[in-house]
Amino acid sequence: MEMTPSKTKQYIKEALKDDHLRMAVDKATQTALHKREDKVDQIPYWEDLRFKAHAVKQDVIEHLDQYLEEFEKNCKQNGIHVHWAADTQEAQKIIFDLVKEKNVKTIVKSKSLTTEEIHLNKFLIDKGIETLETDLGEYIVQLMGQIPSHLTAPALHLTRQDIGKLFQEKLGVEYTEDPEELLQIARARLRKKFLAADMGISGANFAIADSGSFCVVENEANAHLSVSLPRIHVAVMGIEKLLPDKGALPVFLKLLAPSATGQKATCYVNFIGGPSSEKYNEGPEEVHVLLLDNGRSKILADSRLRETLFCIRCGACLNICPVYQQVGGHAYGWVYMGPIGITLIPQYLGLVEGKYAPFASSLCGACYEVCPVRINIPHHLLKLRNEVVEAGQSMKVEKMGIAMWAFLAKHPMLYRFATWFPAQFQKLLPGETAFPAPGYTKERALGRFDPKGFRKKLFKLEKDSKKSTE
Amino acid sequence: MKVALFIPCLSEHMFAESAISMIKVLKHLGIDYEYVEGQTCCGQPAFNSGYRKEVVPLAERFIKLFKDKEYVVAPSGSCTAMVRVFYHELEIRDELKPALNDLSKKMYELTEFLVDVAKVDGLGGSFAHRVTYHDSCHLLRELGVREQPRKLIHGIKDIDFVEMEKSDTCCGFGGTFSYKFAELSTSMVARKCKYIEESGAEYVIGADSSCLMNIDGYLRKHKMKARAMHIADLLAKSLNL
Repeated sequence: MEMTPSKTKQYIKEALKDDHLRMAVDKATQTALHKREDKVDQIPYWEDLRFKAHAVKQDVIEHLDQYLEEFEKNCKQNGIHVHWAADTQEAQKIIFDLVKEKNVKTIVKSKSLTTEEIHLNKFLIDKGIETLETDLGEYIVQLMGQIPSHLTAPALHLTRQDIGKLFQEKLGVEYTEDPEELLQIARARLRKKFLAADMGISGANFAIADSGSFCVVENEANAHLSVSLPRIHVAVMGIEKLLPDKGALPVFLKLLAPSATGQKATCYVNFIGGPSSEKYNEGPEEVHVLLLDNGRSKILADSRLRETLFCIRCGACLNICPVYQQVGGHAYGWVYMGPIGITLIPQYLGLVEGKYAPFASSLCGACYEVCPVRINIPHHLLKLRNEVVEAGQSMKVEKMGIAMWAFLAKHPMLYRFATWFPAQFQKLLPGETAFPAPGYTKERALGRFDPKGFRKKLFKLEKDSKKSTE
Repeated sequence: MKVALFIPCLSEHMFAESAISMIKVLKHLGIDYEYVEGQTCCGQPAFNSGYRKEVVPLAERFIKLFKDKEYVVAPSGSCTAMVRVFYHELEIRDELKPALNDLSKKMYELTEFLVDVAKVDGLGGSFAHRVTYHDSCHLLRELGVREQPRKLIHGIKDIDFVEMEKSDTCCGFGGTFSYKFAELSTSMVARKCKYIEESGAEYVIGADSSCLMNIDGYLRKHKMKARAMHIADLLAKSLNL
């Protein structure tokens, strides 16, 4: 059944009871964080890189229309076909029209969360086109019939024992939990598919406006094979993936790998600048770029929240988030999860489906500290919480309580009187608690209101000190 | 030097002792203070829950009450951050904006004030116990206060201070988060308490009563050895005030 962020509270509760999941998530995130810290320590100008990356992305996002036109012009000059899709339906149609036109029967995919966003796999598979994920984590998740649970490590929620059992069940192989053996099992199957596929679909990490080229970073070479072996390559990317020029690339590449996996650099960086030609006799016959909007231009319109479009999908915020660490990615119910996910959910999916997402955070701010492009996630969450409230999606009881509290706080005498009451009558409550708070007090003592309160104690203190000086 | 005190609502109603300890310490240092009548709440719980219109009158009230003071000090990182950082997000009246900008420069959290403004080097008292310190999120990340509380703790003569693992990981309170996502919040505080236990500390010191209430609540309910203590109480106790 399709997951939805509106059920995040239920998913969180379920995840908290799943010790196996929590152990896997804890191990994976801690490993990534340690490795990241090591690499960051080796780069004394790390903070400068972050400021620079933020500035570049700000320039791109604030002039996105110009950069997109420049990108399209240069792509066309390179022989790359450029398509524009306003939303999921248009994107699916464009790709399916291409599939029909070019007689495509099998597709290999390298990792692309943008294609998850537009439900591309299910759409194509339902139409009878074999669509196979080739990134090992995505391959595993596809076999399980799940969505990815992390931005860069889709199968982070699974242990190698889980994967061993999965391969045994779905691929009919003997059980093994040895990572090298599991890899070889997947590799053998994927090898054949790469060679047979008619089309390769990838994402793109960075698209370079002034040269009409783009790059795909990876560790497994599955992207390399997906974009170079089949006769047609389609790269699906959100419109925000642009950089102005190649000169900006080193900043982002140097930030991305340590932030994502704690590597110094990814094993491969594929640069795609056009199809096979007389001059460059390698690669596919056709290269297509699909530029996806799907709500991004709406986010662009907000001068503060557009910062959430700077994201380079590294996943560092997920790894450091104390909420993500407790429950993993499926608890969020969408393909973008963790701190950046909960800023995107209400913006892409709306304030009704997304009404809980911005609240699934204690606003600790650890995400902002590790974000390579310095997105101030906690501030954006506060803004989005305000949007949820203004849209009438907060609980009526809470709204009334807040209104009453605000009224009292404007009238000190009433405030003092109103807050005096609970301090006196709490004694009537069982359990040494100030007021009934069943969820909170299940595992925590709440304690009592101070029956005297600060003001009485202050007056006593001052009276006593006057006495002692007389 | 005269300090106007802002007493957070949580301190006023539940942790008055910590606020009194703060005053005792200021008196000990010979710092002149005043309690401004008519103060209530900075509005943070409402703001964090997404309410802004409702908080504007509270913010304007706060600004008017405190704008002419030399210094404003609060025993809370989150309330201080609310005024210094988040009041700027509110649509307050233009004529109050200069006062707010001014207030942002002279409002301090307690340990920040003691170390950075009052230039307290070490109070010299005595507290022969093992303690650890919890970095509250707003204090650490919005205000950048990390060293000041540690300096004050180190200034206590016979204290045995140990850093716990992940002292700067969130305790899971997050205001209304603690009951909107109660099980998740509990899971976070459970982990924090595990690190406290592993440090062997008898007391976990902090500068925000909200975090301390959350942590102490879990420690007590699970009959763990350690107890939470506000740094103001620690300083007052160490000086026998």
